[in-house]
Amino acid sequence: MATLRNKRLRLLATAFAWLSGFLALEACLGYGQAVNSCLDCHSALPAPLGVTQEQFSQDIHAQKGLTCTSCHGGDASSYDPTQSMGRKAGFKGKIDRRQIPELCGSCHSNPNLMRQYDPSLRTDQLAEYHTSVHGKRLAAGDTKVAVCIDCHSVHDIRPPSDPRSTVNPVNVATTCSRCHADANYMRPYGIPTDQFAKYNTSVHHDALAVRGDLSAPTCTTCHGNHGAAPPGVGKVQNVCATCHVFQAQMYDKSSHKQAFDAASLPGCVVCHGNHAIAHPTDAKLGSGPGAVCMQCHTPGDNCDQARVVMLGELTQLDGAIKKADYTLAVAEASGMEVSEARLAQNQAQDSLTKARVVIHSFKPELVDEDVQAGLKIANNDLQAGQQAMVERNRRRVGLAISLIAIGMLLAGLWLYIRKIEQ
Amino acid sequence: MFRAILRWLDERLDLDGILAPFRHKTVPTHKLTYWYFFGGITLFLFVIQVLTGILLLLYYHPGASEAFESVQYIMTRVQFGWLIRSIHSWAANLMIFTAFAHMFSVLFLKAYRKPRELTWVTGMVLLFLVMGFGFSGYLLPWNKLAFFATTVGTQMAGEIPIIGHPIMIFLRGGPQVTGATLTRFFGFHVAVLPGLVVVLIAIHLFLVQRQGMSVPPQVEAKWAANPALRREMKFFPNFLLRELMAWYVAIGTLGALAALFPWNLGVKADPFASAPAGIKPEWYFLFMYQTLKLIPAKVWFVDGEVLGIVGCALIGLFWLLLPFFESDRPVRTRVWITGLAIFALAYVIGMTAYGYLAK
Amino acid sequence: MGTNDPGMANPSCPLHPPVPRRRFVEFLLGGGILATFASFIYPVLRYFVPPPVAELGVDEVVATKVGELKPNSGMIFRFGSLPGLLILEADGTYRALSATCTHLGCTVQYRSDLREIWCPCHNGIYNLNGGNVSGPPPKPLTVFNVHVRGDEIFVSRNVEA
Repeated sequence: MATLRNKRLRLLATAFAWLSGFLALEACLGYGQAVNSCLDCHSALPAPLGVTQEQFSQDIHAQKGLTCTSCHGGDASSYDPTQSMGRKAGFKGKIDRRQIPELCGSCHSNPNLMRQYDPSLRTDQLAEYHTSVHGKRLAAGDTKVAVCIDCHSVHDIRPPSDPRSTVNPVNVATTCSRCHADANYMRPYGIPTDQFAKYNTSVHHDALAVRGDLSAPTCTTCHGNHGAAPPGVGKVQNVCATCHVFQAQMYDKSSHKQAFDAASLPGCVVCHGNHAIAHPTDAKLGSGPGAVCMQCHTPGDNCDQARVVMLGELTQLDGAIKKADYTLAVAEASGMEVSEARLAQNQAQDSLTKARVVIHSFKPELVDEDVQAGLKIANNDLQAGQQAMVERNRRRVGLAISLIAIGMLLAGLWLYIRKIEQ
Repeated sequence: MFRAILRWLDERLDLDGILAPFRHKTVPTHKLTYWYFFGGITLFLFVIQVLTGILLLLYYHPGASEAFESVQYIMTRVQFGWLIRSIHSWAANLMIFTAFAHMFSVLFLKAYRKPRELTWVTGMVLLFLVMGFGFSGYLLPWNKLAFFATTVGTQMAGEIPIIGHPIMIFLRGGPQVTGATLTRFFGFHVAVLPGLVVVLIAIHLFLVQRQGMSVPPQVEAKWAANPALRREMKFFPNFLLRELMAWYVAIGTLGALAALFPWNLGVKADPFASAPAGIKPEWYFLFMYQTLKLIPAKVWFVDGEVLGIVGCALIGLFWLLLPFFESDRPVRTRVWITGLAIFALAYVIGMTAYGYLAK
Repeated sequence: MGTNDPGMANPSCPLHPPVPRRRFVEFLLGGGILATFASFIYPVLRYFVPPPVAELGVDEVVATKVGELKPNSGMIFRFGSLPGLLILEADGTYRALSATCTHLGCTVQYRSDLREIWCPCHNGIYNLNGGNVSGPPPKPLTVFNVHVRGDEIFVSRNVEA
């Protein structure tokens, strides 16, 4: 076309094309992203004012479409500090600790609002918090206690199901320990700070953090999370009973319950501890280190005698199972078929486990029932093992016979060779 | 009765004609005659392996899901299954030991010299095939140790430059050790290797029969100086009866080993589990394995493991062709080869012990 | 071999050993061959006889016979090296599952009062499809297939290749 032949026009058209292309590109790149002046500045600031885009993108609120202004107020579209962080835009600045629960609660206690985001989320956290030790002390003016952001983090809040969340069951104990294991921080309160260290030695920690069994208890399981408070002394066993049903049922019917209640002793904790709950062994029933009965009872009294009987029964069954196991192992190593007996050993072991649960009734005759059932099975298995050993010995007799036959033949051959070579 | 049967056959097949050379065959008798037994013992153990192997075939299920359980079944449910299986496993180890002993005795007694070079070559190939039997058979129970030993072993084969990777794929039946490997190894173990070994044994024995027994050079020299000292015994029946005694001792030993030290079954292989620490091959591969472990990761620009494996292959080739290196000045090379043989024996024993004791 | 006539044995001649000695050698040889042969052949012959249980029991077992189990009850049977639970429901349906609790390995049982599977160790509950419905168990129980052939109840599992 004639116009394009003009050099100057061509230059202008090219420039225009480039510019609009550039602008279009800019627009495309910027498409869908609202201007967030807060992050643009604050991502470059050092702590405590710094919040990076990377950090905030992990936050569940950011993913649901909420931004800085949802909590802090202000105007995110403007780069002018007087406008973006001005009173007129409702800027709240750093939220005062005493107001944080109410701020979070302004959404999280509103069922109608929360239903829009996740209908299954509870909305009573704030109400619970008010009943907790943390909530009560905060109301009294103590700002050292935990508020929402101390446990849930802030600006990178993850849902509890996320393994990286500070309130995921596997991480809860570590989160609580940030204050509760800090002796200096906790000095004004006069409560122990060794719970975290003790918990880490416990069988519950082993189940939860090491074996990954999310049904195992952590701090919040027994103490509550939002309504965190130590269970009342008389109520500890209810907490344990939520999982350890049979032990609790036995204990309830036993003489110990009334005795401990009357003495205001915390039930299960008396013998098992609260935080450093170790895997119980039969030594608890003994009279040496680790024995618990003799801490209260007098040697020689009725209870001591009952203890001796129960311990004896358990030891007897344990020994019978081990003996049968050993014999079966030797038989198996010699190539004997003992898999039936091996399977039955599981049932004997189950009986032993049941007997150990029945201990909590503190009645030797009940323990005896399970022990006898287990002993019968273990003895059968021992016999099966011994039978296998008899068979094994028969093999050796067979070997001896064949070796004698071979010896005979060797002697014969040797004599014959001598004979023909003379 | 026995004689009557022989006469009946002789009338139809002229047995006398076939057996005549054997009646005349003699075996030189000297201090070192007993070393002549090792070949026969190895052959006898091979026959035991074939017989017990066939018996095991009646109950063994090849295939990743059933192999382990079928061996367990043989060990625990089949009458005398424990005996057959343990004899098979022990005889395998004994056979590899006697094969090595036979090879070293031939080396020291210098029986590989002209005209017996071919006997040596066929014998060396047989030794390699026997170790192949050991390697393939070891996997068949499909237990954890065997699974990982096979993984490591085939991995090393794969390290040979250029041809290694195709060899590894061929051995494994795929990129990893799987049930396909088991099927393949089973095929090698019961069909391919037996076929090859039987043919080679036939050739090896024919050569031995045709050429007679070799006499060690020192004895040869002594007899040449004083012919009256020459001693020989008839192969049939004298030597054979003695050999028979050795075979019966071997059977007795196998029975005792099977009854007193039954072969372990282990734990079923799980391809998804990680290898147990300190995995080692069977003792007959230990000296090579330990050597590879001692080679540094890099020698000049060559990868250490590749160097080791290629080195092993080259040494194997050299060993195969050993007789051809005995030059026109036999005395000097003889001394040289004897020295090499002593070093090799010491090395194999030492490295095996080291590999066994090392972590 | 005509020259070695035992009848002509001369005790003082070294080439002809006395008759009892020779008989002894023959006895050792003959007896030895027979005895060793018998001790080799006997196990081999026994080996050929198939054992009463012909199958390996890896993929399929006979749990029990029809009529052994009462309606609305369960029993433990052996599957390979692990326990299995066979249940006969009130309406006559058979169900079979792995009996090893997925929590800590205790053996589960069928509760006829709850009509569900229960683990006595920590009160775990599974429904009859093996699903873990209550308590600590983290995973369901493996379900096996049940076939009734004649009067035998076969339980089998799906095997990987």
